[in-house]
Amino acid sequence: MADEILPRNEDFGLAKSDQAKAPITDHESASFGKQLLGFWVTFRTMFKKVNTVQYPEVKEPTAERFHGRHQLNRHPDGLEKCIGCELCAWACPADAIYVEGADNKEGEQYSPGERYGKVYQINYLRCIFCGLCIEACPTRALTMTNEYELADSTRGKLIFEKDDLLGPLRAGMVPPPHPMYPNTDDGNYYRGEVTGSHPSQGVAIND
Amino acid sequence: MTNAELISQDPGWVIALKGLIIFAVCVFLTIMSVWGERRIVARMQQRSGPNRVGKFGLLQALVDGVKLALKEDLIPKSADRIVFVIAPIISTTACFMAFAVIPMTGPVNFFGQQTAMQLTDLSVGVLYILAVASFGVYGIVLAGWSSGSTYPLLGGLRSSAQVISYEVAMGLSLVAVFIYAGSMSTSEIVAAQQQWWYAVVLFPSFVIYSISMVGETNRAPFDLAEAEGELVGGFHTEYSSLKFALFFLSEYVNIIAVSALATTLFLGGYRALPGLGFTEQWLGGWFTLVWFFIKVLAFFFVFVWLRGTLPRLRYDQFMKFGWKVLIPFSLAWILVVASLRLLSQENAPRAVIFAFVFTVALLYLVGTSLFERHKEKIAKQAKIVNASEPNFPVPAIPNSRAEQLNG
Repeated sequence: MADEILPRNEDFGLAKSDQAKAPITDHESASFGKQLLGFWVTFRTMFKKVNTVQYPEVKEPTAERFHGRHQLNRHPDGLEKCIGCELCAWACPADAIYVEGADNKEGEQYSPGERYGKVYQINYLRCIFCGLCIEACPTRALTMTNEYELADSTRGKLIFEKDDLLGPLRAGMVPPPHPMYPNTDDGNYYRGEVTGSHPSQGVAIND
Repeated sequence: MTNAELISQDPGWVIALKGLIIFAVCVFLTIMSVWGERRIVARMQQRSGPNRVGKFGLLQALVDGVKLALKEDLIPKSADRIVFVIAPIISTTACFMAFAVIPMTGPVNFFGQQTAMQLTDLSVGVLYILAVASFGVYGIVLAGWSSGSTYPLLGGLRSSAQVISYEVAMGLSLVAVFIYAGSMSTSEIVAAQQQWWYAVVLFPSFVIYSISMVGETNRAPFDLAEAEGELVGGFHTEYSSLKFALFFLSEYVNIIAVSALATTLFLGGYRALPGLGFTEQWLGGWFTLVWFFIKVLAFFFVFVWLRGTLPRLRYDQFMKFGWKVLIPFSLAWILVVASLRLLSQENAPRAVIFAFVFTVALLYLVGTSLFERHKEKIAKQAKIVNASEPNFPVPAIPNSRAEQLNG
C-alpha cells in the first residue's frame, strides 16, 4: 500500500540534479585559509559605495509601472471619464472602493453619456494596490500613479474622496459640469475623437 | 625614574583627578565606540549606519542613552528586587576598575606634577585585572538568576560558563608574558617590551589571548549569551531603562578594557611603533597617549570586524574549543616557553636550545599526524555504519534517498 503513494524517482528530482544531493553528502569543510577569505569580503565591502537611499531628502523614482495612489482621469475637454459603473468596486478583492453612480442631467453633465460617478471613495487602509480595479475599468477612468507617500495620522484621512482622486485640470480643459462637445456622442469620446474643448462648453483653463 | 616610582609620589589631588579623567575617558570611549561599531558594521554591510543625530550621527549613542534613561524602569514581579538592582551595578563597577592599572602614557607633566597616566601600579597588576574581570561575572550570574524568568537564567548561566572557561585560557596565555617580563606589574611589562613586542616574541600567546578576550567579553562570534534566536536578550532580557544602559555600558567598557590589556601586554602599551620612538617625546610625553589609543582602537576595530564577518558558534562547539583546544594548547606552549626561558637564563649553549626547539617541533608533527590518522580512521568507520536503521521510529525513506544516505 505504502509504495503506491510514493512518487516516482524522477519526480523527486534527486537522482538527476546534483544540487539536490548536496545536503545529504558529507561536506569537506573549507581550509582555514579559505575561511579567512570571509574577512577580506567584509573589509572590501567597507570601501564600496553605500546602497542606502537617504529617503526623505533623496527620493529615487519608482519603477515605471509601480502601483501607487489611484487617479480618476478626464477626457481632453475636462469631462470625467468615470461613468459610475462600479466595476472597480466589484473587482476589488479588499472591498476598498465605494461608488455611487448618478444620471447626468441637462445642464449638469459631468461625463459623456448617461451616467457619472457621483460618490467615489477609496479606502487606503484596505487597498492592497493589486490593480484589479484598473483592469476592470471599461473607460480607463481609473489608473494608478507612482505616488506612494500615503501615510497619515487618522483613519478618516485615509479614505480618499472623489476630489482627492480626480486628476488635475490641464490647459484646454473646462471644469465640469458642462455640456459635451457639440455634435458628438459618448462613442466619439471613447474612440478618442474629442481632442480638446469647444468654446460653447465654457471657459477653458489656460496654462 | 620608572612609572611605578613616579606614581607612588602622586599627591592626593593628582590621584583624584586622574581617577576622574580615566572614568570620563571610559564613558566617552564607550559612547563613541557604540557609534563607531554601528557605523563600521553598517559599512561592512554596505549600509551607512546612524547618520541623523549630529554630524555623521556622532551623537547617536548619547541620544540613545537619553532615550534609555527616559524609559520606564520595570522590575518583574517574580524578580529578587535587591539582587536585581545590584547586579548591573556590580557589572559596571568591575569593568571600570580594570582601568586603574593600565598605563596609558609614559612620564608626563600633569599640571606641573611629574607623573604617568596610570592610577596605580600594583606589583600584581595583571592578576588584579583578572580578578576584577571575574568579579564582573557575578553581575551576569546574579542578573540572570534574580530576574526570576527562564531566558535570563539560561543566558546568565551560559554567559558565566563561557566567561569562566575562557578566563582559564586567558590566564594561561598571560603566564608566558609573566615568564618573559619577570613581573606582573603592567608598567614593567610595558617597559620589558622596549625591544620586541610580546605579540611577536610570544605570538601563540597573543593568538590565544586574542581569541579568549572575545569569548571573555561575550562578543560575536562568541555572543551565545545574547543569542537572540534562542535566548531573547540573554541575562538582561528583563532589564530596562538605566539598568539596561548599565549592562550596555559595561559590555563596551569591557571591550575597551580587554583591548587595553592586550595593548599593554602584547603591543608594547603606550610605546610608539618600532622605528618611531622619537615621537614618544612629543607634546612633553603626552603623545604616548595617542599611540596607546591607536592600538586600543585597532583592537576595537578587530572586534567589530569579527562581528561583521563571523556567524555565531554553536554552544557545545564553543565550549569544546575552549576546553579541548585553547587550554591544552596554552599549557603545552607555557611548558615550551618556560623551558626556553630557563635554558637561556642558565646560559645553555646554542646547540642545546636548537635541539630543544627541534624536539618540540618533531613531537608536534608526530602528534598531529597521529591525530589526523585517527580522525581518518573514525571517518572511515562512520561511513560503514548503516544510516538507514536508527533506533527510533522514522518514516520510510524512499529508495533513491536511502542509497544516497549510504554513500
